[in-house]
Amino acid sequence: MSTSPPPIPPPEEMREIFRTMTLIRRFEERAAEEYMAGRIGGFLHLAIGEEAAIVGTVSALRPDDPLTSTYREHGQALARGTDPRAIMAELLGRETGICRGRGGSMHLMDVQRAFYGGYGIVGGAVPLALGLAWAARYRETEQVSVTMFGEGAANQGVVSECFNMAGLWDLPIVFLILNNQYGMGTPVERAAAMDDFFPRAAAYDIESWKVDGMDVLAVRAALSEAARLAREERRPACVELLAYRYRGHSMSDPDTVRAAEEKERWKARDPLITFERVLLGEGILDAEGVAAMQAEVDTVVDDATAFAQESPEVPVADLADYVYAEPWNDAARASALVRP
Amino acid sequence: MSTEGKDVTYREAINQALREEMIRDESVFLMGEDIGHFEGAFKVTKGLLAEFGEKRVVDTPITEAGFTGLCVGAAMAGLRPVVEIMTVNFALVAMDQIVSNASKIHYMFGGQVDVPMVIRMPGGAGHQLSAQHSHSLDAMFAHVPGLKVCVPSTPEDAKGLLKTAIRDDDPVIVLESEGLYGKKGPVGGEDHLVPFGQAVVRRPGRDCTIVATSRMVWVALAAAEQLAAQGVEAEVIDPRTYRPLDLDTLAESVRRTSRAVVVDEGWPECGIAANLAAHLYESCFDWLDAPIGRVNSADVPMPYAKNLEQAAIPQPADVVAAVMATLAREVPR
Repeated sequence: MSTSPPPIPPPEEMREIFRTMTLIRRFEERAAEEYMAGRIGGFLHLAIGEEAAIVGTVSALRPDDPLTSTYREHGQALARGTDPRAIMAELLGRETGICRGRGGSMHLMDVQRAFYGGYGIVGGAVPLALGLAWAARYRETEQVSVTMFGEGAANQGVVSECFNMAGLWDLPIVFLILNNQYGMGTPVERAAAMDDFFPRAAAYDIESWKVDGMDVLAVRAALSEAARLAREERRPACVELLAYRYRGHSMSDPDTVRAAEEKERWKARDPLITFERVLLGEGILDAEGVAAMQAEVDTVVDDATAFAQESPEVPVADLADYVYAEPWNDAARASALVRP
Repeated sequence: MSTEGKDVTYREAINQALREEMIRDESVFLMGEDIGHFEGAFKVTKGLLAEFGEKRVVDTPITEAGFTGLCVGAAMAGLRPVVEIMTVNFALVAMDQIVSNASKIHYMFGGQVDVPMVIRMPGGAGHQLSAQHSHSLDAMFAHVPGLKVCVPSTPEDAKGLLKTAIRDDDPVIVLESEGLYGKKGPVGGEDHLVPFGQAVVRRPGRDCTIVATSRMVWVALAAAEQLAAQGVEAEVIDPRTYRPLDLDTLAESVRRTSRAVVVDEGWPECGIAANLAAHLYESCFDWLDAPIGRVNSADVPMPYAKNLEQAAIPQPADVVAAVMATLAREVPR
């Protein structure tokens, strides 16, 4: 764990960080309700408990730093400023969704905000992030590619391949290992030879360290330093965040494996509650201010949900749109296409 | 140093396409194992490192999944990577990047980003490289929506299809043939692009249509020569791309000849020949005078022993026999 106390951002930014964390929490809770009501299908992976990791990371980056994530990525899109309406509409599979109903919960992208997407194959997006870093160097921009993945993904071979190439070629990338201690239902001690994951990147000559992923300011400070290394010194970095997700792997996981007392122990360190204490202690917000912010966020989530529910379905006639950059007249493919 | 009008090898044709497109577009770069200092396992990239430098001709570690995925990401950012996977056999470890990422990113994110990349790799058997180094995996790539798949059989197409592929905004798989790198033929100049989805008639005929791609075109042409000696005029058609597929040209020919044989170096089950035959049954059923013949490699992992390998891969005699079967004639001895 890093030892130096994290720097305190200006009050306005502190409030914004807290608001975004609150927005993610409330959005995820509402998404769970929509799932239970049968309006969201497929998998729904919630990031409740991981808000500090997400917002601490995004708040340390420049808006044009390409960001990639796993399938647990609603929070990343929200933190990047994607319209909550477009996210909720995507979760409901509607035409107004950010990916026009093609991606769903696991595959959000907002390329206008340099959020290059959520991906469903564990570890599979890490090379994409390396490619975004490659492009930044090729074009001599100051961008830093940041990729968030779990400690489970760190066991995939392709992630080690990426550590090697990043170290070999000094690419401007930050690997962010969000260690929530479970790969679906399997705890780290039954899946990994070592408890810590950051030394794996260190083995490839990448500056690497571990911080408390429940502390948003600690995350923000770590990512600021990692991004500085990548941006100014043009070398890769790796930060491991120790965190915890409160819900099961996805909504279809009843979460019977993890001990109740373990969950309670982590919830006692809830990132929203602890950060609220900091804000109250520093006089940046008072209790009324917190309540007003929560009410405002609830309005946003209500609005997004209503918008999504009222949005039109995707026309079935558009089923084959976007398979290719430009449609072509392909008789063979057309013969096999499902016709409504 | 224009070689227009002069015969060049298939490998030189590919080299010309790479060089011309790199000159034309700064965003084109090459990445692969031993393509720079070593100039490629098949010497396709000869001279390119010296001309374009290490920024644009990149030697990688042996890490196919990693560098293929890296190039998908670079393409998402607007660069135009051309990946060389040393042989198609090694693409299997990169399949997740090709199928789960490259082919799907445009669709599943609602068209927000293009993936303008090329993955070129040679395949095929015939050099006693045995089971793990002799694959023809065309069907695996052609199976996947979101990919475009080219299978050049001549130097001219190797150059023209690759140039089109590099300028295309979608991920394009270019399946070269190890057995064709030394094949010579004329090539077009800098502006010679071969459009996707246009089959070409390699030899006209009236009695039976033979559909073949890549090295199998030459096997089919050898068979057609032998058939001509028996008074049978076979028409040989090369689709050139599986995705998009020019079904119209194939169907027009089959409706005229009323007979068809599909030749494919891959395995028979769920393969290219099976798929093309299905398309031709759907579009030409009422015109057919005989069941469509299929000629494939044997349904076995490729053996090492020379006689076994030759028995396992399609030979002109196999094509002759398949055509004769559609004509209900005995194969002459």
